This record gives sequence, C-alpha cells and structure tokens, in this order.
Amino acid sequence: MGDIIKGETGDWEIVMGLEVHAQITSKSKLFSGAATNFGGDPNEQVSLVDAAMPGMLPVLNAECVRQGVRTGLALKAQINKRSVFARKNYFYADLPQGYQISQYEEPVVGEGEVQIDLADGTSKSIGIERLHLEQDAGKSLHDQHPSKSYIDLNRSGVALMEIVSKPDMRSADEATAYVNKLRSIVRYIGSCDGNMAEGSMRADVNISVRKAGEPMGTRTELKNLNSVRFIRQAIEIEAKRQVKVIEGGGEITQETRLFDPTKGETRSMRSKEDAHDYRYFPDPDLLPLELEDAFIDECLKSLPELPDEKKARFMADYGLGAYDAGVLVADQETAAYFEEAAKAAGDAKLAANWITVELFGRLNKAGTDLGDSPISAKQIGELIGLIKDDTISGKIAKDVFDEMFETSKDPGVIVEEKGLKQITDTGAIESIVDDIIANNEGQVSAYRGGKTGLLGWFVGQVMKQTQGKANPGVVNKLLKDKLDG
Amino acid sequence: MSDMLTLTLAEARDKLRAKEITAVELTDAYLNAMEQTRDLNCYITETPEKARAMAKASDERIAAGKAGAMEGLPIGMKDLFCTNGVQSTAGSHILEGFTPTYESTVSQNLWDAGAVMLGKTNLDEFAMGSSNLTSYYGGVKNPYTKAGSNQSLVPGGSSGGSAAAVAAHAAIAATGTDTGGSIRQPAAFAGLVGFKPTYGRCSRWGIVAFASSLDQAGPMTRTVRDSAIMLGAMAGFDAKDSTSLDVAVPDFEAALTGDIRGMKIGIPKEYRVENMPADIEALWKQGIEWMKDAGAEVVDVTLPHTKYALPTYYIVAPAEASSNLARYDGVRFGLRVEGKDLNEMYENTRAAGFGAEVRRRVLIGTYVLSAGYYDAYYLKAQKVRTKIAQDFKNAWGQCDLLLTPTTPSAAFAMDEKIDDPVAMYLNDVFTVPASLAGLPGISVPAGVDKDGLPLGLQLIGPAMGEEAVLRAAGVLETAAGFSAKPALMAA
Repeated sequence: MGDIIKGETGDWEIVMGLEVHAQITSKSKLFSGAATNFGGDPNEQVSLVDAAMPGMLPVLNAECVRQGVRTGLALKAQINKRSVFARKNYFYADLPQGYQISQYEEPVVGEGEVQIDLADGTSKSIGIERLHLEQDAGKSLHDQHPSKSYIDLNRSGVALMEIVSKPDMRSADEATAYVNKLRSIVRYIGSCDGNMAEGSMRADVNISVRKAGEPMGTRTELKNLNSVRFIRQAIEIEAKRQVKVIEGGGEITQETRLFDPTKGETRSMRSKEDAHDYRYFPDPDLLPLELEDAFIDECLKSLPELPDEKKARFMADYGLGAYDAGVLVADQETAAYFEEAAKAAGDAKLAANWITVELFGRLNKAGTDLGDSPISAKQIGELIGLIKDDTISGKIAKDVFDEMFETSKDPGVIVEEKGLKQITDTGAIESIVDDIIANNEGQVSAYRGGKTGLLGWFVGQVMKQTQGKANPGVVNKLLKDKLDG
Repeated sequence: MSDMLTLTLAEARDKLRAKEITAVELTDAYLNAMEQTRDLNCYITETPEKARAMAKASDERIAAGKAGAMEGLPIGMKDLFCTNGVQSTAGSHILEGFTPTYESTVSQNLWDAGAVMLGKTNLDEFAMGSSNLTSYYGGVKNPYTKAGSNQSLVPGGSSGGSAAAVAAHAAIAATGTDTGGSIRQPAAFAGLVGFKPTYGRCSRWGIVAFASSLDQAGPMTRTVRDSAIMLGAMAGFDAKDSTSLDVAVPDFEAALTGDIRGMKIGIPKEYRVENMPADIEALWKQGIEWMKDAGAEVVDVTLPHTKYALPTYYIVAPAEASSNLARYDGVRFGLRVEGKDLNEMYENTRAAGFGAEVRRRVLIGTYVLSAGYYDAYYLKAQKVRTKIAQDFKNAWGQCDLLLTPTTPSAAFAMDEKIDDPVAMYLNDVFTVPASLAGLPGISVPAGVDKDGLPLGLQLIGPAMGEEAVLRAAGVLETAAGFSAKPALMAA
C-alpha cells in the first residue's frame, strides 16, 4: 500500500527508487591486496594501490566478481558476460586516485527483481535496474583537529556492490521492506554482512511526489542513509517537504540532499547545476571483464535456498501463514532455529508462535538477538512437547519459559525442580473441588441462582490451591458437573 | 678506460663474462663519462654510490658464475620508472623529492638481470613532449650538432635524457618509455636504436602513467643486438599489470639471424607526407633498396586512416592523462602549496607543480571527456583508433613488416618549436599510428641529413612480432653502417 500524503490540494503519492551500496565480504579490496577488516587503526589497511602512489595499477579481485555475480543471480537478474570498469573522475581528499573505479555503461548485472514482504502479509515485486561493482572512497575526519581534516584510507578501494532499483516503491514501509529484503538476501548468500551500523550497507533514496495518475515529479536524492530507521524518517520528512514546496507554489529542484536526524530535516548538499561532471571513461588499466558460462553456473550452484524459496516451503510444509513465514526466513539463523525447534516439538505452528511471540519478545526486551539466545531451539521444542503431553499447562509453560530465559536450564529440569507438573489426576482435583464447594456456600447458591459468571472464581480458587498446576480442562469439567448437577 | 666506453652492450657483456674487464671498471668509466657530459643535462639524479655497489655485486656474481643477461652493464633509468629509495620525478616539479618505497617491475627485472644503475635520466614532464624541453629540470642537449655549428639541438623526447646519455657515452644503454614515439623519435635524433615493443610486453607497474593504453617501456641502445638483449631482460608477464601479456619472452638475440630472404616489407604510401625533407625521402628509398638487396620482397600497402592518427592520439592520450594525473593533488606525496581550503590547495599545488605542456594536455583531456563532448571527441577517437588498428591488420595480409621513416625531420634547435605545440606534435606523425595499434616499432639509425644529423628508419611489426622486427632491423643496421659520432661525447 502506498503512503498517501494529505496535502491542502489533495492526495499525493510518493515515488521512490533506491541505490543501495553493499560492501562485499572479501578478505581483500576490489583492486588491491589490502585487508578489509572493520575497525583497524587509521591507514593501517592501505596498499600502495589504495593510496594511488605513482605507477600503481589495479588488479581485479576475482572473489569480488564472484560475490557480485552470486548476488545478481540471487536477485534473479541478468548476468552480463561482458562488463567494463570505468573511471568516475572527481577531486576529493579521501579519493586518492582522483577517480573512483566503477562500472558505468556496462555493469556486470542487469535487470532483476526482488519480492518484498509487507506487514499485511502481501508481497510486491520491486524491479532491479542493475548491480555494478565499484571501489569505496576513504574517510575524511573533520573533528580531530581544529583547522585540519585527517584522512583515513582504510576503506579506500574496498569493494562495493551498488544495487539500483527501479522507481517502484510507494511508501516508507515498502522502502524499508526492500532494504530489509536485500539485506536478508546478501546475508543468506554471504556476499555482504549487511551490517548497516558499520557502514557495510547504506542507501541513497531517490524520491519524488505526484498526484495520483500524474507523471513523475522532479526527484531529490537523499544520500548515505545508514539505518532502516533513518531511511523511514528521511522519506517521511522529505516527502512532506516536497508537497509543502509544491503546494506553496514552488518547484522541486533536482538535487542531492542530506538527512539530519538530530534536526529532523533534509537539507541541500549540492544542486544539479554544481553537480560534478564525472567524465566517465573506460579504465585503460583494466581489461573488460569477460565471464564464462561455467563460472556463472558455478556461482548459481553455490547459492543456498533463498529467503523466498524458504518462505514458500515453510508455508507449504509447515502450514505457516505468510507473515510468520516471512518473519522466520528473514535470516538464515532464525529459519534454522525454527526448523530445529519445530522438529523437536513435533508441532511447527506452536514452535513458530513460541519463537516469534515469546522468544523474540524477550530477546527484544533484553536488547539482544537470536545469536545470543539463552534458550536453544531444542529446549523450545522440549517445552512445547511438555505442553502437548499435558505435563504442564500453557500458562505454566510461560513461567517455565521465563525461568529458561534466566538460567538456560532445560524445561524438564525446571518443571521437576519446581514441582510444576500439572495435576491431571481427577481424584486429587475432585477432592479440592469438593472442599471449595463445601466451604463457599454463598458463592455456590449465587452461582446456582443464575450468576454463572462465578465459574471463573471457582476455577481461580482451585488453581490457587494447586499453585496453578491443575489441568484447567479437568478443573472446568469437574466444577461444572458439580455446580450444575 | 676510454676504450671501454666504445664497447657496445653486447661486447661489454662478453668481455665481462670473459673477465677481460670488471663491472667496477666499466661502471667507473661511465661514472666518469657522466661527470664529463654533465653539461648535456642527461641525468636528473645521479646515483654513483649505488652504481659502484651494484657493480661490485655484479663482479661477485660473475666470479661465482652466476652472471645475468645484463650483468655489470651500467645503464640510465628514465626518471619515469619508480626506483626504491631513489628520487623519481617524472620530470615534474610536482614529484620533486618524491622517493618511492617500491621498484618498478621493469627496473627490478633489469637489476635482477645484473644491470647497474648510473642514475635517473631526464625526460619531458610526465613524458609529454618530443623535445625534452618540458622537463622541470631543464632541457637536454643533443650530443649531435649541425656540422659547423655549435647551436644546441634537442635530443627529442620524451626519453631525451636517455637518448643523449647513450649517444654521449654517459650510459651503455638506457630505458625509455614510448606513448606516441617517445623512444623511437629521440633514438632517431641521437643516432641510436630505440625499440618500443608490443603493448603489454613490458609491465607498466611502477612506471608513472601518462596514457595507460599507450605507455610501453623499451630499450634505447647503440645497436640492434643491444636492444634485443636488453628487451629480453625488461619484458615478461606481470600479474600486477592487468594489461600485461601472458606470453613467454623469446630469445630475442637469437632472432638476429641476418637472413630476411623472402620477407615481405610493406611501404605505406600514406607516410609520404607533405613537405617531407628530401634527405628523409632519399633515406627511405635507400632503405627500401637495402631491404631488396637482402632478399626481401618490397610491396606497396595502404593504411588509409593514417592521417587521423595524430588527432586521434591527441584526444586519447590527453584524456587518459587528465585522469592519470589527478592523483597529483598535494594530499599524500610530492609538492603541496597550501590554500585557504581544499580546492584552493588543489589549484595552488597543481598550478605550481605542473608545467605549461602538462597543464595544456590536462585541459584538453578534461575537455574531450566532458559531458556533451565525450561522444564527439573521445568516443569518436576510440572508433578511429579501432580503424587504424584494422588498417595494420589488413596490411599484415600483404606483408610481414612495414618500413617508414621514424621522424619527419632531424633534431631541431632547442629554441625552435617550443612556442608552437602543433608543430611539435607533428614530430610523432610516423610513430603514433603503431602506438595506437599497440604494435612493436623500432627506429634504426640509417643515415645523416645534409647537416650531418642522424636520421632513423622505422620498422613496424604485427603484435608480438618483435623477433621479425629485430631480424630486419639487424639487416638494416648492417646495410646502413651508420658511423656518425656526436660532437659532444665522453672520451
């Protein structure tokens, strides 16, 4: 569903296309042997090539090509058997060569598509325009010295995939779902770690607004958004700004804008007029990249089951709904965890429910994630088994789960230690029920006089006496029989 | 000691191996010659201590029976090659004082073969020029002068320092690099053999880039045999250069059989340019006769796009240069002239660091790559370049090699052409087409003009046709029997 902005003159639709930069997971950079680890001391991971020393030449890293092609295949995209590296020329202190080696007219990956999963359980197809390989620039540090800027070239030359979508997104939800889906795909196939906080993934959003049915408006580009939350905020703020400008009689200028999360505004970085003329031309230091069919086949064979395929399988094999399936396949660890829990429990739906509601709820609250979960998939399976064989009630199970989350103990051990086994012995429960009926004549006659709502009170009394361990089904049946009979 | 200076590289090699002379003696003779000829300005940086140490090590290897192909031979290294621990300037102020921590592949190959470095030779700034006059470190004097005149002439360029050093016996040989004629033209002007091999034969790694798709290293020597020996040591596949040719290096010296019977030599009619001096026209005819006399068959061929080669070159080369030279920005190495902000620092640094010719080419290159002009200039030039290469491919259907003059004139005076860039660019009219097609081309000293100045003839071969080129060049050299000696020469 598209977001509609209610303007003074009517409803406005947002149109968006995204350019996502994803750092390729590789030991060394796109054109040099330098390391790519995050967090090294400044300028510790810089080769002569990265520093653009005189006479240095780039040599393409085959692993980066492989990851680019695998990503293209995962995006169901056309793989171009011939692609060309070009130089994008501009001056900046953290761009040692004075140009970025990128792909321009002939990218390695062409058109493809991505299915995004929306909160209402529906899916939408977002077109991929292209994916190309390029070098990252270094980093300028402006806050280390009162009058100087420092340059850290550790990132200089790191391999990026720029994934360009078609302008197919109509809401902040769709845009964030798209980024999440891309992130999920690249993490599945291991081509990028998807870590937005460390800058491994960042997005530029091209955004315009229009009245329904009208041609596209002039777009602005929101640069370098490095979290899903910022993407959402930036879109909402920028779309409203554009509507306000247009309705105020102004025009949108095609320009690059920067989102300032602290001030909650977007502001102009540079307009089209002073945009760089990048003077792209094929890099004469590099030959065109020619891929053989066998290489592409090998890349295809190396792909794991992808999120969409897994989701379809979870829905078909486990009877899960689209939403739950979508949540569970978002990353491979969760999906694997679920499958293990479902197998141990013998009940996939219950496993899905316990994982998505109870476990995720607690993990969220604790500010951690599945990787650090104190409860193993097998333990969740065991817990569900205890519910299913009436050893404990669902209510007790939640207490047991809390205990498991605290101590990582097996549910069986907790139930045993705390004596939480459900009382299903009808005789034992019956004597308690009889006692309660005998000792509460007032309530009994009120119930029998028509206040049947008091049944819950009687159930509560029984549970109180049994510390909640009585089987609720048995309690209900006995009480009803005795009170009504 | 002076006798040693007249030895060719091949002769010196043999005497060193026979232990008739030592590398230290030979090196000392050349260091002395380097001092004697300092007035020519052949060298930007002299490295006598390094030379002596290398020569000593060579003598030890010779004694141990481990002599390499260039063992103990003292050479000049064009200052476009980065040399570890030795200032490498590219003839530019912007790299003054720049001392690399790495060694170019070609120079390393030469050291590995036992060569001794005398110093870094002068050149046109960033190899942009045909006169050596654009060097920040001053022009180089050609050791040759017109008969009866002491007017200073240029040695050609861009490898002018290398040419002058070898001609004046201030080096037994020297490296050059050739982008549009920078080895062959100065070789012709200084009575030397200059050989630009097939693009990709020699690694470009560690050579300061001018125009990446054209730059190619090669030897500058006194004889064809010397070039064959030296190229063998320079060439080879290098994984660090993606455009390097992954082919074995043949024994180039073995190609000098002296037998070209049955070889077909093409004469491209388009190289007969307007206003070509009669001396050069006559020499070309003479060359054709020499080839015939040696048993080759001479055929007329056509290279119809030749006239577009120079304009094409002066779009492609500056375009690449404008991008290649962007790294000289004052941020990391070389000259920095401060400014009030980053942009002003760039402007100040590059204005102070680059000379007029470099600035001109950066501007031309920037222009032809700009939005709105790219298709009309750069893209069109690339298309023409393909047609020029195709011309050569067609010619190889009819002949094995091409014979042309190397230059449209002999060496000119140092004050003659500097104000007219286009006249200067015309120097490359015969050398540029082979550069655009990436083909091997050699200039052989073949005669002198009316003033006694050396003139060269050029042989061009198909890609990886170095052996045939060398074989024919050897025959040409023998037939020509070039014997002119420069007026200014160490003795």
